Amino acid sequence: MKINDVILRTVVKGVIFIILTLGVYLFFSGHNAPGGGFIGGLVLGSAIVLLYITYDLETVHKKMPFDFKKVAALGVLLATGTAVGSILFDAPFLSQTDGYFNIPILGEKHLTTVTIFEAGVALTVIGTLVTIILSIGEDE
Amino acid sequence: MNNLIVLPLIIPIITAVVLVFLRDQIVLQRIISFVTMGFVCIVSFILLNIVQTEGIIRLDFSGWMPPFGILFVADSFSLLLVLTSSIVTLICLLYAFSMMGQRYEKMFFYPFVLFLVAGVNGSFLTGDIFNLFVCFEVMLLASYVLVAFGGGKRQLRESLKYVLINVVASWMFLVALAFLYGSVKTLNMAHIAQRVAEVGQDPLITTVAILFLIVFSLKAGLLLFFWLPGSYSVPPTVVQALFAALLTKVGIYALIRTFTLMFPLQQEVTHTIIGIMAGLTIIAGCMGALAGRDVYTIATYNVIIGTGFILIGLAVGTESAMAGAIYYLIHDIVAKALLFLLIGMMIYLTGETVVKKMSGLIQIYPIFGWIYFILMLALAGIPPFSGFIGKVLIGQGAIEAHSYILLALGFASSIIVLYSLLRIFLASFFGETTISPEDKKPIPKGAYTSFILLAISIIYLGIGAESIAVYVKDAAETLMNPSIYIDAILKG
Repeated sequence: MKINDVILRTVVKGVIFIILTLGVYLFFSGHNAPGGGFIGGLVLGSAIVLLYITYDLETVHKKMPFDFKKVAALGVLLATGTAVGSILFDAPFLSQTDGYFNIPILGEKHLTTVTIFEAGVALTVIGTLVTIILSIGEDE
Repeated sequence: MNNLIVLPLIIPIITAVVLVFLRDQIVLQRIISFVTMGFVCIVSFILLNIVQTEGIIRLDFSGWMPPFGILFVADSFSLLLVLTSSIVTLICLLYAFSMMGQRYEKMFFYPFVLFLVAGVNGSFLTGDIFNLFVCFEVMLLASYVLVAFGGGKRQLRESLKYVLINVVASWMFLVALAFLYGSVKTLNMAHIAQRVAEVGQDPLITTVAILFLIVFSLKAGLLLFFWLPGSYSVPPTVVQALFAALLTKVGIYALIRTFTLMFPLQQEVTHTIIGIMAGLTIIAGCMGALAGRDVYTIATYNVIIGTGFILIGLAVGTESAMAGAIYYLIHDIVAKALLFLLIGMMIYLTGETVVKKMSGLIQIYPIFGWIYFILMLALAGIPPFSGFIGKVLIGQGAIEAHSYILLALGFASSIIVLYSLLRIFLASFFGETTISPEDKKPIPKGAYTSFILLAISIIYLGIGAESIAVYVKDAAETLMNPSIYIDAILKG
């Protein structure tokens, strides 16, 4: 059966950028304000799920040929990697560090290793969320 | 600060994640998981010796001092358990290499075993009760997957029950945590102990303690074991062995830690309840083991009897009973793993689960038969094997505390254990063999190696009890004097 979903497809094409932008914004704002890797990851993951709902599995797979299980694994690896990294500098496990750097054009920015950890969290959340939804969706 | 403490948790997690990327390289997966577990064994052994010279050590994550941050604490009790469970997992992996089959190995078997080990080690090492909850969940999530391994009808039925019960138990754990945090305003275990001692253990805190007792009893199979025989008999043999060796022991560890460190003040309430529950567990376990016709039922009810027996040590609560409980806990981890591996092998060889339908195994596989015989003696507590010293010490403690009923129940259960296992030995190992020469399957070398290594561990724990006595003594002393633990965390 062919469903007429012109409105959904058209709206999603616009909305998806708003959601993805919001997700990235939440991710970066998390350092000093509400947000962070988990919430950012949830929003980004929901954007991907929305794509899967609007278009079919094959179309999305063609454009995003990721195995989301491996995305989640990569996320855990990144997060545990930064945690273990502190051991190499002889600091207590999970220690994080930060500093102010002068970057051309952007000006002075506050960079932290927590961001890498949070990126790991975000990837794990995206990977797990999409894997769960896909395995429910694929099961006929 | 000593970053070594976190390695038993984080190394298995990292390698488990790496193994996800190596899904199809089975040989590589085997090598990596084996090396990982070997490494964890070495690290925990080094830590155990550091603790002997330096006392209790801790690691404050990212430098947040207690009671504000999360921390890992290593004392002799937790490290003994980490070391034993890592060694047993290492040996179980040897069995898995030869018996698991490629189909299972490709379904992320090794990553989930490593996650399970990470959760178990984390539960033993953490010094923060919310972190204990998290580590429990890591362990349980891995076990949910492992219970359902194979995906047959039986596995799904039992795993559904298992998941539901554990989700309810975890929910109760959270409720208990919330009440505890509401009343003492801290989650650091040493700090909780200090606050409880300051304000006295009022009825509200005792109620919270009983809530924890219910939660951990569900996990340990103390009286609330109704889920255990079903869910322990469906997964593949290695998984059964790991569950029997590790999962209930984490519950027992949590019970001992909670009621010696945090809530030791109302012993006439809490420890009496634990004593009654331990007694009833032993009686029910014995009835199950006597009534069982198939090897799985007998073996799973033996796990339950073991749990009841160890918790007599906690209920009695003298120093020698504690030392006995620790000895017996170590013995039980090794012996129950071996029991389930042997039983799995019996079923693999004969294709039967009912005791009476197997016969004459010792004629074809003599070493296999004698290892079972050694295990049987060890579980019954006959010297010079591993169960003996633990039973004697728990018995001595029970006499010191005048708990004669628990003493009688504990030692009567030894006879029942011996009888139930002897029945398997007489029916299945002795007699005329039913396996025709054409059907005779060889036992794979990996499986044989794992049996022999576990049997050596049992003999070593019995004859070489003296060599681990110094660790056990230190562990029991810390359990009996919570101030040692509290001072190590909060002062310094």
